[in-house]
Parts: sequence; C-alpha cells; structure tokens
Amino acid sequence: MDTSRRRVLQLLGLSAAALSAPPVFNALAKEAHEPAAAPQIGPSKEALTAKQWAMVIDTPKFKSEKDVEPLVEACHKIHNVPHWDEKRWEIKWLWATHYEHAFTGTVSRRFVAEEVQHRPFLVLCNHCENPPCVRACPTKATFKRPEDGIVMMDFHRCIGCRFCMAACPFGARSFNYRDPRPALKYTNKQFPTRMKGVVEKCSFCVERLAEGKMPACVEASEGKLTFGDLFDEKSKVRELIKTHYTIRRKVNLGTEPAVYYIV
Amino acid sequence: MNDKKLIVTGLVIFLIIVLFPFWYNRGRAVPPPEVKLTEQAKAAKECVLSKDYMRSEHMQLLDLWRESVVREADRIYTNPKGKQFVMSLSNTCLDCHSNKADFCDKCHNYASVRPYCWDCHIDNPKENS
Repeated sequence: MDTSRRRVLQLLGLSAAALSAPPVFNALAKEAHEPAAAPQIGPSKEALTAKQWAMVIDTPKFKSEKDVEPLVEACHKIHNVPHWDEKRWEIKWLWATHYEHAFTGTVSRRFVAEEVQHRPFLVLCNHCENPPCVRACPTKATFKRPEDGIVMMDFHRCIGCRFCMAACPFGARSFNYRDPRPALKYTNKQFPTRMKGVVEKCSFCVERLAEGKMPACVEASEGKLTFGDLFDEKSKVRELIKTHYTIRRKVNLGTEPAVYYIV
Repeated sequence: MNDKKLIVTGLVIFLIIVLFPFWYNRGRAVPPPEVKLTEQAKAAKECVLSKDYMRSEHMQLLDLWRESVVREADRIYTNPKGKQFVMSLSNTCLDCHSNKADFCDKCHNYASVRPYCWDCHIDNPKENS
C-alpha cells in the first residue's frame, strides 16, 4: 500500500480532531441533563448538636424492673426492635442487667451492698470515644460520626459478618438471625425495620436528635437519665459528673464509654 | 463431511430455540407501564426534581440522600427552586408515593429490577388511602 506523507498527516489531523470530540459532546449532554441551579444539602435547623453525646444514668432511682420497663418499651417501640421469645435470636438496644454483670472487671464484686445487688442497671451501646467495633468493621458500616461522636450503623452496608459483635466488650450489638418483621409487637411506620443478616444496636436516637428531641429513653425516664455534651463544661451531663461519684463499664479496656453511672 | 444434513438440521433447531423469544413475541410490543399518582402527588405537581430526572435518576438521588443522612448527618435537601425536603425515603418519598403497587412496582416490574428498599423501609408510612 502506498502511503504518502500528505495522507499520513491528514490522518493524524483527523485523529486529533476526533480525540477532542468527546469532551465537547459530554459538556453539551450535561447541560441538557442537569437541573439549572445546584441543589443544596444541609443539616436541619432544629437539630441538637454536641461534640460527644453522653448519658448519665442515675441508678439509685431505679428500684426494680418496673422502673426500667417503660424506657425499654419506649425505645424498642419507636425503633421497631423485634421481640423473640427464643433467647438466641434476641435483639436488644436497651435492657437491664445486674451490677456484677454490668461492671465486670471494673469494681469489686465480692461483697456488695444488697440494695445495689438487686438494683437493675440499664445498659446500652456506650458510644465509646474509642470504639473497637468501628475498627473491626470491614465495610465501614459502623462508624463514629465525627460531628457528635455517635457510633452509628449504616444498615445498607452491613454484610452481617458479626466482627463488631465480637469486638464490642459490652454485648451491645444484636444480630438478626431471622427476618425481624414477624416478631414486631408494634410497627412504627415512620422508622425502617431491619432485614435478616444485619447487626443492630442503640443509635442514641439520631433521628430524634435531628428533630431537636431528646432520645426516647431519656424522655421516658422522667429525669432518671440525663443526656448532653460531654465536652461542654456547662452541660447538664458534666454538671452531674462533677457533683456525683460516677463509674463506667469496663474502663480498663480503654474504649472510653460515654455512658456514666451514678451509684 | 458426510453429516452435512445432520449438522445443518441441528443448527436450524438450535437457532429456532435460541431465537424463540424473538419470533414468539414478534409484532407484539408490551405496552409501557402507566403509573398512577396519588392525590397528594398530583396536588404537589412536581417531585423533588423534574419528572424526567426523577424517572431516570431517582436511584442516584436516593443514594445521595442515604449517604448525606446516614454519614454526614445532613437531612435537609433544598431543590433548585428553593423548596426544602427532609431527606427520608420512608417519610418523604413513600409518604407522597404511598401506592407502591401502582407506582413503584409498575416500572420496576417492567424493567425487571428488584430493589430491596422495602425489606426495611415501610411502604405508606402515614396510611393514606
């Protein structure tokens, strides 16, 4: 085949022109497709904010299981937490346990005041400052929200590997071994359920904080629970920690739990 | 090559089977789905963004909403016209489009896509008829 110098140059020129075509086309196509002004995304105005949300639980005010039930009920009701009679399928966001189980390794459990021994201790996700579950999660489905320190779950991303459950020293996470929907006592249609194969836990009621409301358990507790910013010296939470002797669960592990117990 | 007849017959049968969907459905067009709007949606006239955009790109918008709400703690979406929406599939989208069977399912079935949104998000949160 004969190829003249002129022909080669022509081809080169054409190729160069062709290369520059896609960006021009793309730019034209984009203008036609996208809305004129850019939409804006922002936080809601009434949202409550903090650097690190924390909770203080005034345990002497809880005399028996009866004082705990309405709080658990309030939480599980609005978050569509299923109730299974079968213990191994149990899903818990907020529940009561005994002193010696709540504070293993932290306090002396040999001889304990009788009243303390029978007192129900509310336990939930501690929203640790240094959460081990977050480090264990391979998909970043669970993460510590930088805005307010809440350890959150993105259920869309959870693959159900349960590494977080192994990593959490507080047993605050539950796994949906079955579809939770049949086990719901009530359904709050405004809040999603979970699906089979997903881990779930307390979220410090992020969806309520975004609307300017306190967490459901705090609201139902009639002052037995206090919620506020741990890093704000003037917050109610700090005030209580300053004026009362408080303990936290398993501090020796260094996870820095954000739930404080007045004993 | 004495099996020419056999091979050609085999090939013809093979082609007939493989092209079955084409000749079986020839000349017939499945009508495009017709979605029904709820009264609430009709009254609102426009969705979050234009109808065409929503029709083709609503999944991208939902993905963006999910990312913003869950990860960035941003929950308010202001559209180009300045109207504000709470970014919530359950409480904003499905509140207005509360007729899943006549709206969502129509196109999803037509396009043979099976999104699993409703495994968790509950349809028709405020129980509008």
